[in-house]
Amino acid sequence: MTRQATTPNQDLLRGIWRENPVLIQLLGLCPALAVTNSVANSVAMSAATMFVLLGSSFLVSLLKRFVPGEVRISTYVLIIATFVTLADMTLEALVPTIHKALGAFVGLIVVNCIILARQEAFASRRPVGRAMLDALGTGAGFTIAMLMMGTIREVLGNGTLLGYQVFGAAFEPWVVFALPPGGFLTLGFILLFLSWIQRRRAEQARVREWPEGVGERRAA
Amino acid sequence: MSAPRAPDPPAHVPAGKLLRTLASAGAMAGLLIVVVWGWASPIIAHNKALALQAAIQEVLKQPERCDTLYVVRGALSVTPPSGTDLKTVERVYLGYGPDGRRVGFAVVAGEPGFQDVVRLIFGYDAATHQLIGMKVLESKETPGLGDKIEKDSSFVGQFRTALAPLVGVKPERRQPGDRHQVDMITGATISSRAVIRIINNALARLGPMLEAYSEAQ
Repeated sequence: MTRQATTPNQDLLRGIWRENPVLIQLLGLCPALAVTNSVANSVAMSAATMFVLLGSSFLVSLLKRFVPGEVRISTYVLIIATFVTLADMTLEALVPTIHKALGAFVGLIVVNCIILARQEAFASRRPVGRAMLDALGTGAGFTIAMLMMGTIREVLGNGTLLGYQVFGAAFEPWVVFALPPGGFLTLGFILLFLSWIQRRRAEQARVREWPEGVGERRAA
Repeated sequence: MSAPRAPDPPAHVPAGKLLRTLASAGAMAGLLIVVVWGWASPIIAHNKALALQAAIQEVLKQPERCDTLYVVRGALSVTPPSGTDLKTVERVYLGYGPDGRRVGFAVVAGEPGFQDVVRLIFGYDAATHQLIGMKVLESKETPGLGDKIEKDSSFVGQFRTALAPLVGVKPERRQPGDRHQVDMITGATISSRAVIRIINNALARLGPMLEAYSEAQ
């Protein structure tokens, strides 16, 4: 079977929107639901995940010729766990408050399926440059999803954005959005909205392609 | 027509190569982690010391200076006996005012709350049995509800004047003038009760030592 060739641009852009890991592939939902109750937490978790993605993709792609298939998963997990440990220590040293707020979820990046999936499906088969582009795009896609959720949940659940008051003193925050059910609700609403946009676009494309046929069906 | 040829069996990888690969990956991982830990460890320790110092300042109302006292064999000691493990030994902090007068002890304690362990620090005047202040150091209580134990200023403010032992009551049942009573938070009853329990248990354990140290000096 021949491998479908992709351009560097496609490798970079694919993960940002068309194959967004959270919003399209529904991967990495644990951190997306657990730590997005504020924008600052979302930014820190995205930065840590991006660092782990870039570091592990670089090493996995660089060492792919030397790692036998029999021990590849163990080796990838070891590489990922190393970068997660480095990210954990760095966050604790530089932003201790956010590190405390993220709790166990930094450590859980080790088992984030987005990262292992990119190593297994892409970085272990492509040159270093392409692997880094793919990691950058996937990390950016994850960041976009986390920021969307973090913004909605902090504004509605706390009445603030990055800690600054958005509404007047009379605003009573919808606490549910700061709680775990708020993560599910927010993700559900975002997915619903994206699905609506997708269907609308498909409908418009069909009308452009078959204007007469659509007209006839409507008349009937 | 000849029979289709069977596919070649996969190449055999010697066990030694698998071991070498995993050992090299482990060694590289260990090296990276040790290097970064060497950089991060002093910064993390410094951050924790700063956070504790700020918390002591807050719960003892900005003392001029502080002494660290070690809890060893049921008594407080300025210097730990030789052989004491300084990483695990329990400490309390004694604050002094500008005139050299003692303002109180700062005690760190923790017990389970609603979600996880709540760790807090409180200031305590052993002579009058009065609390001076309270600050939550670590808590994973429910955002918007249980986390009011650190964010609700009227709840936190009660620990600046209350007398030990504390009694948690619903606001409508509070008896005016009883300084042992502390209003619990509606919607965060378990968390606010945990704060009261943590302080009472810490004082039940350490209170006699704090009083003995105050009287002896």
